[in-house]
Amino acid sequence: MSALIEFKGFNKFFGEQQVLNGIDLQVNTGEVIVILGPSGCGKSTLLRCLNGLEVAHSGSLNFAGRELLDKGTDWREVRQQIGMVFQSYHLFPHMKVLDNLLLGPLKVQKRDRREARDQAEALLARVGLSDKRDAFPRQLSGGQQQRIAIVRSLCMNPQVMLFDEVTAALDPEMVKEVLEVIQGLAREGMTLLIVTHEMAFARAVADRIVFMDGGRIIEQNPPEIFFTNPQTARAQQFLEKFSYVAALPQTTQIKELEPL
Amino acid sequence: MTLDYAFILSTLPAFLKAVGVTLQVGFIAIGTSLLVALLNATILVFRTPYLQRCVGLYVELARNTPLLIQLFFVYFALPALGIKISGFAAAIITMTFLGGAYLTEVLRAGVDAVPLAQLESGRSIGLSHGQLLRYVILPQAGILSLPSLFANFIFLLKETTVVSAVAVPEILYTTKSYIALYYKTYEMLAVLTLICVLLFLPLSLLLSRLERRLQHGQFGS
Amino acid sequence: MASSGLELLWVSLPQLGKGAAQTLSISILSIAISTVGGVLYGVLRTLNSKWLNAILRVYLELFRAIPVLVWLYLLFFGLPIFFGLSLPGFWCAVLVLSLWGASEVGEVVRGALHSLPRGQREAGLSIGLNGPQLYGYVLLPQALKRMTPPTLNVYTRIIKTSSLAVLIGVVDVIKVGQQIIERTYESVLIYGALFLFFFFICYPLSAASRVLERRWTHA
Repeated sequence: MSALIEFKGFNKFFGEQQVLNGIDLQVNTGEVIVILGPSGCGKSTLLRCLNGLEVAHSGSLNFAGRELLDKGTDWREVRQQIGMVFQSYHLFPHMKVLDNLLLGPLKVQKRDRREARDQAEALLARVGLSDKRDAFPRQLSGGQQQRIAIVRSLCMNPQVMLFDEVTAALDPEMVKEVLEVIQGLAREGMTLLIVTHEMAFARAVADRIVFMDGGRIIEQNPPEIFFTNPQTARAQQFLEKFSYVAALPQTTQIKELEPL
Repeated sequence: MTLDYAFILSTLPAFLKAVGVTLQVGFIAIGTSLLVALLNATILVFRTPYLQRCVGLYVELARNTPLLIQLFFVYFALPALGIKISGFAAAIITMTFLGGAYLTEVLRAGVDAVPLAQLESGRSIGLSHGQLLRYVILPQAGILSLPSLFANFIFLLKETTVVSAVAVPEILYTTKSYIALYYKTYEMLAVLTLICVLLFLPLSLLLSRLERRLQHGQFGS
Repeated sequence: MASSGLELLWVSLPQLGKGAAQTLSISILSIAISTVGGVLYGVLRTLNSKWLNAILRVYLELFRAIPVLVWLYLLFFGLPIFFGLSLPGFWCAVLVLSLWGASEVGEVVRGALHSLPRGQREAGLSIGLNGPQLYGYVLLPQALKRMTPPTLNVYTRIIKTSSLAVLIGVVDVIKVGQQIIERTYESVLIYGALFLFFFFICYPLSAASRVLERRWTHA
C-alpha cells in the first residue's frame, strides 16, 4: 500500500539558509508520527509545508496520490483534508465558539447548517466544552481554547491532522487535557503528525518517532527503540537534555510510561 | 507635447525665490507652533485646572476648522476691527494657530506616555517644576514624539501652499502668477510638480525611515 | 449690532444653504469613495505582491509629496491641456479629495490589518478559506475596531480640505459667504459663521473618534 503522505528529496530555503535538506519521509494512513528535534531544526517548517503555509523549493510532496508541489495544486482543497492546530490556537476572537467551528464547514464546504451544527456540537461534547458554545474565546482558558481549536479543524473532516507544538504556550496544568484529546484521535485511527516537546506524550502516542536536526531527518524509529536506545549520537545528546537521570541504559524504563 | 525649456529656465530665479518663501513661512510657523505647543504642554503636564481646559478648547477649535477659513478670518475680518495685516503676517499667525494645536497634541501624547512614576520620583528627589520638565519629562516625551513631530513639520511645510490664497509669494502663488501672465500653463505646472516632489518626497521618505528606526528601538507600544 | 448680524445670517440662509450643500456634497462623496478605495488599497497592500505594492506605494507617495491644493490646480488647469477635457471645479475637488482620501484611509486600513496577529491569517487559511473569505470573515472584522477612530479623523480632514474648492472656483459655502461680504462688508460675522459651520460638523467626528478609541482599546 502506498503511503498517504510522502516527502521525497524535499528542500526548502529561507533566503540563503537551507531549513529542510533532502527530506525523505513516508506516512501511512492511520499512523501517528511525532517529530522531535532541537529548536530550529525545521520540524515546524516541515509541518507547514504540508498544508501550504510554507512553499518548498525542490523535491516532491505526494499526498493521496497527488503531487502537491505542482503549480496547479488547489491548496484550499488540500487544507480541508489536512487540518492544522497552532501553538497559539488562533481562534477568531470576534466570533463565538460555535461560529468559529461553523465558519469552515458552512462557508468553505457549503454544508447543510443543521448537519454542520450537529457535528460541531457532538465534537464539543467530546472535549467536554458543550456549555461554551456561545462563549467568546477571550472568556476561555488556554487549554479550553486549544481544545476548541482542535475541534475547529476536526469539523472540516480532514484525513490528516497536524499539531505544531500545541501545548508549548499552555500553563502546565492544562497540557494534559489537550494531549488527551489528541490521544483520542490517535486511538480512532486518524493520521497525525505531531511536533512536540512533551516526551512522555510522544512516547505514549507515537507509532514512529522522527528525529530531526539541522533540516535533516537523523533517525526514525518506533518510540520504544528511540527513547531507550537511540541509534545516533545526536539523538542521544538531544534526549539527554530531557533526562534528569544519568545516561545509563534503563531496563525499568517501561514502567514510567503513561498507560495507553 | 514639447516643453518650452527656455521659458522654464527664465523662470527659475523666481521659483527659487518662491521656494525660499515657502521655507521661510514653513520654518517660522514650525518654530512659533513649537513654542505655543511647549507652553501648552507645560500647562497640561502640571494639570493647572482652568488653563488646562483653555488649552483643550483651543486645540479643538484649531483642529476642527479649515486653515483657509482661519486664514481668511485673520486676513479679511480683522481689518474690519481695525487691525490691518499683511498676507505674510496673516499666514504666520494662522499657521501658528493651527500648528500650535497639532503640536500640542503630539507633545501631550508624548507626555502621557511618560509614566506618572517619573513625575513622582523626580519630585521626591526635590526637583523643581522647571527641572522636572527639563530633565525628566521632556527628554522622554521628546524621543517618543519625534516621528509625530517630524510628520507635523512636514504637514506645516505643505500647508504653506494654502497661504497662496492671500497673495503670499510661495511656490503655488508664483506658479499661478506666471500662468496668468504668460499662459504657459503646462510648463509652469510641470515645474510646480517637480519642485513639490523634490522638496517634499525626500522628507516623507525620511519620515518613514525615522519611524522604522524608532520602532525597532522601542519596546511596548 | 448683534441683532442685525443674526438678521443678516437669517436672511442669507437659503444662499448659504446652497453653498453648504455644495461643500457637504463634495465632502460626502469624497468620504464615500475614499472609504471604498481605502479598504481596497489596504487589502491590496497586505497581499504579498511585490509589484502591486510598488505601484500603490508610488500612488501613496505622490499624494503625500504633492499638497492637495497643488493637485487641485494640476487637475483643474492641467486636464484641459493634457486631455482636452475640462472638468468642473466640483468634480475636480471630488476626484482629488477621493484619491487623496483613499490613500489616507488606505494607510489606516493597511496598518490595522498589519497589526493583527499573523496566526489569524494562517488559521483562516488552514480551514480552507480563500482570499475574499479570509479578509471578509476573519481579518477585516477584527481590523474594523482599529481602523475606525483614525478613519474618522481622515474624514474630518477631508471635510476641512474641501474648503479649498473655493480656490478653483466652486461656489461652495465659502464663496457664498464671500459674495455676502462683498455686499454687506460683514466679514467678521460671515467668516465667524463659516468657522463655526465647519467646527460643528468636524468636532462631533473628532470627539466620536476619541470616544471610540478609548472604548475599543483594551488590546
